[in-house]
Amino acid sequence: MSEKLFSLLSGIIFGIGLVISGMTNPEKVIGFLSLTYNWDASLIFVMGGAIVVTAPVFFILKNKTSSSLGLEIKLPQKKDLDKNLLLGSSLFGIGWGLVGLCPGPAISSIAFFEPITVIFLVSMVVGILINKYI
Amino acid sequence: MYNFTPVSAMLGGLIIGVSVVLFFYTTGRLAGISGIFANTISSKTNRSSNFLFLLGLVLGPLIYFYTTKVPANFKITDSLMLIIIGGLLVGLGTRMCGGCTSGHGICGISRISIRSMVATITFIITGMITVFILQQFGIYK
Repeated sequence: MSEKLFSLLSGIIFGIGLVISGMTNPEKVIGFLSLTYNWDASLIFVMGGAIVVTAPVFFILKNKTSSSLGLEIKLPQKKDLDKNLLLGSSLFGIGWGLVGLCPGPAISSIAFFEPITVIFLVSMVVGILINKYI
Repeated sequence: MYNFTPVSAMLGGLIIGVSVVLFFYTTGRLAGISGIFANTISSKTNRSSNFLFLLGLVLGPLIYFYTTKVPANFKITDSLMLIIIGGLLVGLGTRMCGGCTSGHGICGISRISIRSMVATITFIITGMITVFILQQFGIYK
């Protein structure tokens, strides 16, 4: 039960952070990706602000094997820079640049009641299924 | 620099960091949103808590707008072709590389993962090239 409660709470806090940061607005993300014209560096400060909080905590907790709720801690173990990492991140970047939405803001954007973002989310689901089954 | 908002960006980032820490500390999992989204669709493991995290992502902005009365800024392309191709590539690409701006860009980098650093630099560069090309066609200003 408390796992579900903390998941919901974490999501709410994440969503509030996203909207305060301005990153739920695709125009602002496009401004960051527009390096040669009116560049808006705000996104670096969002990532930096988050990492300032998370990096020390991950470092302190790096040897823990279970969470405070007694759940197993599973962290990614892959180390190699394989083809899928490079190709996948390249494709993601292209999609990100076309619209200015990455997965977090795409989901939060439901709160803005813009029908077009639902089409984006459905397309995302199709992309996920293509990767899973093809 | 145009539209540069370092203070609200940093504040939002700190709050996102608190969320990632809370989620990890309590559930033992990383708050990588593309992974949580994909797992909610295609895996029974942790489905309800994954779904609740995503629900929170929508409720957070609603609570914020309702309590602060701040007007919502949201400007997106009206091109259906860009939306559909963009969504497909974001879904496919993030699953191929195992993360997005949150999973690689925040969680991975703060765990000093080389894979995540390479992924983050790669998607920022291809994103910038994409926007540059669209600007040549007058699609973004």
